Amino acid sequence: MDQGLSSQQATQNVPLPKPPSADDDSTALGKTEEKVFYATQWQLMWWKFRKHKVAMVSAVVIIFMYICAIFAPFIAPYAPTERHRGFLYVPPQKVRFWDENGFSLRPFVYPIEQEIDIMTMQRKYIEDTSKRLPVKFFVRGSSYKLLGLFECDIHLFGVEDGKVFLFGTDNMGRDLFTRVLYGAQISMSIGLVGVFLSLLLGLVFGGISGYYGGAVDNAIQRIIEVLRSFPTIPLWMALGAALPPELSPVGVYMGITIILSLIGWTALGRQVRGKVLALKNEDFVIAARLAGTSEPRIIMTHLIPSFMSHIIASLTLSIPSMILAETSLSFLGIGLRPPVVSWGVMLQQAQNVNTLMMAPWLLIPGVFVVVYVLAFNFLGDGLRDAADPYGV
Amino acid sequence: MLRYIAKRLLQMIPMLFLISVVSFIIIQLPPGSYLNTLIAQMRTQGDEINMEQVEALRIRYSLDKPAHIRYLNWIKGIITEGDFGFSFEWNRPVKTLIWERLALSLTVSVSSLLFSWIIAFPIAIYSAVKKHSVADYSLTFMGFLGLSVPNFMLALILMYIASVYFKFSVGGLFSPDYVMAPWSFGKFVDLLKHLWVPMIVIGMAGTAGLIRVLRNNLLDELEKPYVVAARSKGISPVRLIFKYPVRLALIPFVSTVGWQLPQMLSGEAVTATVLSLPTAAPLLLGALRSQDMYLAGSFLLLLSCLTMIGTLISDILLVIVDPRIRYE
Amino acid sequence: MDTMTEGNILEVRDLTVRFMMNEGTVHAVNGVTFSLPEGKSIGIVGESGCGKTVSAYSVTQLLPKTARVSGQILFREKEGTITDIAKLPVDGKEIRRIRGQEISMIFQEPMSSLSPVHTVFNQLAEAMILFQGMTKKQARERCVELLKLVGIENAERRVDEYPFQFSGGMRQRAMIAMALARNPRILIADEPTTALDVTLQAQVLSLIQEMQDEFKLSMILITHALGVVAHMVDYIHIMYLGRVVESGPTLEIFENPKHPYTRGLLNSIPKLHGKRGQRVSSIPGAVPSAYSLPEGCVFRARCSERRSACMYEIPRRIQVGSEHYVSCCLYDGEEDQYAANA
Repeated sequence: MDQGLSSQQATQNVPLPKPPSADDDSTALGKTEEKVFYATQWQLMWWKFRKHKVAMVSAVVIIFMYICAIFAPFIAPYAPTERHRGFLYVPPQKVRFWDENGFSLRPFVYPIEQEIDIMTMQRKYIEDTSKRLPVKFFVRGSSYKLLGLFECDIHLFGVEDGKVFLFGTDNMGRDLFTRVLYGAQISMSIGLVGVFLSLLLGLVFGGISGYYGGAVDNAIQRIIEVLRSFPTIPLWMALGAALPPELSPVGVYMGITIILSLIGWTALGRQVRGKVLALKNEDFVIAARLAGTSEPRIIMTHLIPSFMSHIIASLTLSIPSMILAETSLSFLGIGLRPPVVSWGVMLQQAQNVNTLMMAPWLLIPGVFVVVYVLAFNFLGDGLRDAADPYGV
Repeated sequence: MLRYIAKRLLQMIPMLFLISVVSFIIIQLPPGSYLNTLIAQMRTQGDEINMEQVEALRIRYSLDKPAHIRYLNWIKGIITEGDFGFSFEWNRPVKTLIWERLALSLTVSVSSLLFSWIIAFPIAIYSAVKKHSVADYSLTFMGFLGLSVPNFMLALILMYIASVYFKFSVGGLFSPDYVMAPWSFGKFVDLLKHLWVPMIVIGMAGTAGLIRVLRNNLLDELEKPYVVAARSKGISPVRLIFKYPVRLALIPFVSTVGWQLPQMLSGEAVTATVLSLPTAAPLLLGALRSQDMYLAGSFLLLLSCLTMIGTLISDILLVIVDPRIRYE
Repeated sequence: MDTMTEGNILEVRDLTVRFMMNEGTVHAVNGVTFSLPEGKSIGIVGESGCGKTVSAYSVTQLLPKTARVSGQILFREKEGTITDIAKLPVDGKEIRRIRGQEISMIFQEPMSSLSPVHTVFNQLAEAMILFQGMTKKQARERCVELLKLVGIENAERRVDEYPFQFSGGMRQRAMIAMALARNPRILIADEPTTALDVTLQAQVLSLIQEMQDEFKLSMILITHALGVVAHMVDYIHIMYLGRVVESGPTLEIFENPKHPYTRGLLNSIPKLHGKRGQRVSSIPGAVPSAYSLPEGCVFRARCSERRSACMYEIPRRIQVGSEHYVSCCLYDGEEDQYAANA
């Protein structure tokens, strides 16, 4: 109490406050800082994400890949099922700007000729370096429907009086480059559709489980546990085998997506449940409830926005496992089947070492799988870091 | 502790029941049955189909009975005499087919698991302690790469490299001399010689995932106040890291052991097909294709049981490493 | 060789700590100077973010790797030689010896400053076994003794329990025991009561004071509450935004505060015998960001007595009493007055 007294004495010593001088600088807060204080959650996330260089690059790569997939018929020089007679297992051709005859601004390829080795009876392809085949742009070729709407027969590039196989050809003389592009349409969409289905299932079941708790929660948790105790690939194998063989390609596609999301939702469901459980007792939710907000409104305006960023991040991270699963299943012959073109279906051709030694370029679709999955992993990682903009 | 284990074991019983039901439903899903496959096969071979014979088979395999009766018979057989039913395709009891294959699956999976731990641990600790160093970045990148390469691709690439550059064929788990031979020390050594390829292939994806989990756990722990407090006692940096943050980062890690085993079994399923390993997955795949339902069902059931045992082990380990659970 | 004033066990001179962050450089501590006389206690007082904890952490090099420390931290060893802690290699043998045997710390949060998966005995005995060469059995006896000393009942049994089985107050007692277990010469207590219930705060503070007497410790007490330190420490250093703005003997600071900030702090202590209806006064405004320190006097934005000189000049340290210093341009020229009087 003498502290109190002594400080009272101290107060008496304080001179009268002077009026603030002209050089008032009470706004000591920096401009940037003020911006941070008033930014929305999504703005903060974007700022944080932008700093994650690798994730940014990955996002660009992914967007580029999707654009290529959408315009696959235009970019690809051929049709995906077109067989080029006499051109089985052609190795990838080099596109050149330069040879002994000098430089050419227009890229060119050499025509290829087949030769049969008499001794081993093996096919060999020889480049005829005496002739240049110039690569022309916007050439007419087989017709297709761009975006499924416009009839069109212009292709990004092609050569006249000859063939161009950038990634080589397969056992039936089909252009691998073309097929990789068309395969991207299937492989890269199956992950998105599968993840979307998982999200729906996960949000509904996880939300119900976390929000209502009790017996419902218990039952849903048991179901998730049972589903998760099956090793995924054997379970997928079993379900994939259960798809009737006479199913149409679209049917198989849908079937596989449903099978993938049947397991995929469990992880999401658990996450949603955990978040809802944690949030439902947060002060701001209780405050909303006390204020008489209706339950659906609490869920829509308070709960979902609070964990959406986390959900988006984990969704991004679960796309890779979807595409890896599709590829593995198709590779084993119980996923998508020809004539559907997907990266996994294409890789099926590379199943044994002998084929692989003869035509290692058959693994090229696998390279795209790796790039795509890698990009999504990086992107997801960046998003996850950004999802918590208030963390350090 | 014992009470906890007993409780967990009791909880497993309804789970096992559910799993067996789900397994049975899944193998019932495909339209038709093994007999359709058989008939189709005989047709393609130009054999005449004797409908009486087919009918006899139908009765012998009790395919004429409703599904729930067949399920009950199947389960009864398993529980009372360890009889998993009859494989149509192999014309042998299922139990004579599965055990060795499952044992090999488990061997491959567990050794892959151990391999991934041995690789992941030091890398994760190093990465976390040297956060944001060049080594950390490159190790993280390698980890991501490992995560992104499908198992079968890695297997194919290894096979390719082995045969092109080392003139050495990779595949299988035994040399031809030992495939049919009974178990002996020689066969065991031969197994070890072949085991490393699937071990690396299957372990790779798991290792990458593990490094990420461990590194992040450890980074969280390294910033906790108790680390500073322990540092203020004057403990040497190495002792400090291993005694405190590593020990605590182990807790979330141990709880992942439960799903690592099924992950390894999954990876094993794909890899086994590529590397033609005599494990459960290729047989399961064949059984699924030909609708050899008891064989397929038994594999599914037993593989999931292994997963459940994995989870149980992980729960028990969790109690050991985290005293907080013990006293709850 | 570095020299120290006779009787001081620790002298911190012109300590500067910066943190290199992605967002920029944080100027956490900007030229702090203080000294700790042997057997005495000093209090470092300031709002959160003023750099008091950072200053304390740098005394035993506990700052994270992003910190850049300059200045001198002189410590007088038992034999009388002087060690500059700021120059010791990071986590090297020397600094570990000082941490383990000379300077102990008590932390803010007893909850998270103890490892949850090691028993109290394990964490308590660690330093004894490591530095004092005790056997496990000896260490155990000493642990029980210490726990009893800090007022934990059933110490024989509790020593084998885990921190999560202890209540908050007991954990802080265990932390104190842990600090004492090292037989230190200096005790640094960093806001030891902040995380505790009000009823426990007084108990823990008086325990710390008892222990200081019992073990003849020199002590640095860090706190944001001026009232708390009043009866506990011999000297007070008031910090604001990484600088010591005023320092002196406790009584002198309370009776004759010079710096406007110190006065503000004293005014913001609620008074039991104040007039009815009198409001507790507060210091207007918020602490500026340590990312971009304002030029001139850092307190001027909140100062009711600012002058135009405050814009440009970083205030010098001015002696206004025998041991009383203030950094404020209001007192420019008073040092001559003091010198003349003396």
